[in-house]
Amino acid sequence: MSDLIKFKIDGKDCMAEAGKYIVDAAADNGIYIPTLCNMKGVQPKGACRICSVRINGRLMTSCTTPVTDGMEIESDSAEIQDLRKSIIELLFVSGNHFCPACEKSGSCELQALAYRYQMMVPRFPYEFPLKRVDASSPRIIKDQNRCIFCKRCIKTIKDEKGRSYFVFRNRGHKLEVVLDETMGKTMDEATAKLAMENCPVGSILVKERGFEIPIGKRKFDKEPIGSDIKL
Amino acid sequence: MSKKITIEPVTRVEGHGKVTIHMDAQGNIQQSRLHIVEFRGFERFVQGRPYWEAPVLVQRLCGICPVSHHLAAAKALDVIVGAGTGDGLTPTGEKMRRLMHYGQFFQSHALHFFHLSAPDFLFGVDGDPAKRNIIGIALTNPDLAVQGVMMRKFGQEIIRATAGKKIHGTGAIPGGINKNLSIEERDEFLKGADPLNADKMVSWAEEALDFFKKYYFANKDFVDNFSYFPSNHLSLVRKDGALDIYHGVLRAVDADGKKILNDIDYQEYDKYIEEEVRSWSYMKFPYLKEYGKDKGWYRVGPLARLNTADFIPTPLAQKEFEAYKALTNGKPNNHCLHMHYARLIETLHAAEMIRELLHDPDLLGDDLVIKGEKQKEGVGLIEAPRGTLFHHYRINDNDQIEMANLIVSTTNNNEPMNKAVNNVAKSVMTGKEVITEGMMNAVEVAIRAYDPCLSCATHALGKMPLELTLVGPNDEILDRKRSH
Repeated sequence: MSDLIKFKIDGKDCMAEAGKYIVDAAADNGIYIPTLCNMKGVQPKGACRICSVRINGRLMTSCTTPVTDGMEIESDSAEIQDLRKSIIELLFVSGNHFCPACEKSGSCELQALAYRYQMMVPRFPYEFPLKRVDASSPRIIKDQNRCIFCKRCIKTIKDEKGRSYFVFRNRGHKLEVVLDETMGKTMDEATAKLAMENCPVGSILVKERGFEIPIGKRKFDKEPIGSDIKL
Repeated sequence: MSKKITIEPVTRVEGHGKVTIHMDAQGNIQQSRLHIVEFRGFERFVQGRPYWEAPVLVQRLCGICPVSHHLAAAKALDVIVGAGTGDGLTPTGEKMRRLMHYGQFFQSHALHFFHLSAPDFLFGVDGDPAKRNIIGIALTNPDLAVQGVMMRKFGQEIIRATAGKKIHGTGAIPGGINKNLSIEERDEFLKGADPLNADKMVSWAEEALDFFKKYYFANKDFVDNFSYFPSNHLSLVRKDGALDIYHGVLRAVDADGKKILNDIDYQEYDKYIEEEVRSWSYMKFPYLKEYGKDKGWYRVGPLARLNTADFIPTPLAQKEFEAYKALTNGKPNNHCLHMHYARLIETLHAAEMIRELLHDPDLLGDDLVIKGEKQKEGVGLIEAPRGTLFHHYRINDNDQIEMANLIVSTTNNNEPMNKAVNNVAKSVMTGKEVITEGMMNAVEVAIRAYDPCLSCATHALGKMPLELTLVGPNDEILDRKRSH
C-alpha cells in the first residue's frame, strides 16, 4: 500500500495516497471538485479548467496536479466558485445549448453544473455561432452546436486496434470534433451508446433512441451533480 | 371621415393579438380584423433536427396545451417509425397517451372556463373590469374559484404522471410512451384525498355545467344571439362517429349538418385542405379545397366537435349531449357562446374518460413501444382543446426533419374569429360616437369563446393592458384609451 500523506482543502485535514490527483484525493475525503473533461481511467488533460483550485496563490487544475504532503488547497472560496461559474457561462454562450429540446437534459453534466452553480443567465453575450448537425453516420448524430471540446469521446471511444472514432478537424474558431467517416460506417450499437454516455453534453446522440428515459429517472433528476461524493 | 378602432392587446386569451375595426363617417362598421402580431417560426427551425426531437421541441409553442403538440407530433412520428397511423401502438402506449390527453383537456378547459370566461358571466360583459377577472371570482365566489384551481391541478397531475412534468414533459416518443403508470400513481388519482380524485372531478364537472346552464337559461336571448352565424364545422371523429379527441377520421359538416368531408384518412389531409396567406396577419386561413376560400372555411373546437360527432361514448356526457342537441333540433349548433356549453360537456366527458382509463390494467403494462418499417413522411392529427391540430413531417435519409407543416387549432378558427369580431362590432358599435370599455370587452368575449391561443404562449393574468386607439383616415391618432 502506498504511503499516506496529509494535506488540507479549505482548512480541512485530509489524507490520501501520495501521487493521487487532487480531484480524486478530494473525492476520497468527501470533497467534490467539479469536472467536465475529466473521466476516470483516462489520462487527464486539464482542458476545461472547471476543476481549478488555488495552491500557494496559483490557480491549478486539480485533475492534473498530484497532491503532495502538506499541500494547502483552496477550492470553496467565493472567488473560485465564481471562476467556475464563469467557465460554465462561457461554455453556454459559445455554443447553442437549448436545454428544453435536448435529449441529454436531466443527464447533461454541463446543465447539472449550471444548476449546481446557480447560473440564472450568463453574464457574457451569446455568440449564437453557426454550427452544423452531422447526421450522415448510420448510428449517431454529432450535433456541433452542443460540443464543448472536452475530448472525452476522442480519448475513450476506440476500436479494437486502439484507433479513435472521433478526431479534431480544423483549427481556431472552425475547430470541430468529428466522427471519422470511414470508422463511423462500421460503428456498432454498443459503441454508439457508450459514445453518447461518455459525452458530458448532448453532442453525441444515438439515432432513433430519443427520450427513452422518463423524467424522474434521469441522471441528475433526484440529486445535484457531485452528490455521489460523500464520506 | 372613416375611423379605425384598435383593440390591442386582446385580454384574457393566450398570447398577443389585436383587433382593428374600420368605421365609415356614418359610424357603420366596414370591416373588422383580428391580427396575429407575433411570429413563431417553429416549422422552419425544426428543419435539420433529428425527427425524434419534434414532440419535445415543437410543444414549446405553447404553455397551456403543450400536450396537444407533443401528442400530435408523436402521432406523426408513429407513422414514420412504422408504428401505424394512430391505432398501431401497444395498449399501454395508446392508453397512457390517451390519459395524458384527457388530463390535458380537463385542465385546459377548466382554465378557460373558470379563469378566462366565467368572469364575463358572473360580472357581465360590461361589468366593472377591475372585478371582471379570476381575482374578482375568488373574492365573490370563493368556492367556484377553488373548484377551478383544483380541477386544473388534477388535470396537471395526470399530465405529470404520464409525461413526467406538468408542462413540457417527454412521455410520448415515436412508437409509444417512455413510462407506464405506477400502482401508487393510479391509486392516488382514484382514491386521493378530497377533492383530488376522479369521482370528485366528475361531480365538479357536472356542477360547472349546471352553473353555465343556469346562466344560459337566465340569459337565453343574449347567449343565443351573440355573434350567431352559420358555418361549416370540422373535427376528428371515431370511425363509428363517436366523439374521440385522440384519434379518428376527419369529418366536416355544413351549417345544416350535411357531411362535406366524409370521414377521410387524415394522412391525406393536404388533398382536401388548403391554406391562404393574407398580408395583414401572421396566421394563415385554411379552407376546404373543394368549396373554395369563400365557402370552404370552417370552425373547429368544442362547438364543431359536438356538431360532427354522432354521440359521446360516456354516459353522463352523452346525456348532456342529447339535451344540448335538442336545443337545435339535432342540427349543427352555430351559436358562438354555445362554445362554452359544448366545452363543459367535453370537460365532463374528459373526467369520465380519466376515471374509466384509471381502472384499466393496461396502464400498468410494460410493453411501451412498437416500431416497424420506417417511412419518410407522417401526419399526426389530434383534437386539441381549441380544435383540430395538424402536424406533418417529412424526413431525409439521415433521420433529419426536412419539412414540417403545422396547422394549429387557432389557425383553423381564424376566419370564424374574424367573422365573430365583425358581427359583434356591428351589433354593439354601429352608430356609436363613444366606444366604451364594455363594447371593447364584447368584442373580446367573441374571440375568447374560441379560446384562442394567439401565439401559443402564456401571460400572467391582469398584466396585459388594453389599449384602444381611434385612427383617422390619414393614420392620425384621434383618441387613445388605456386600461389595466
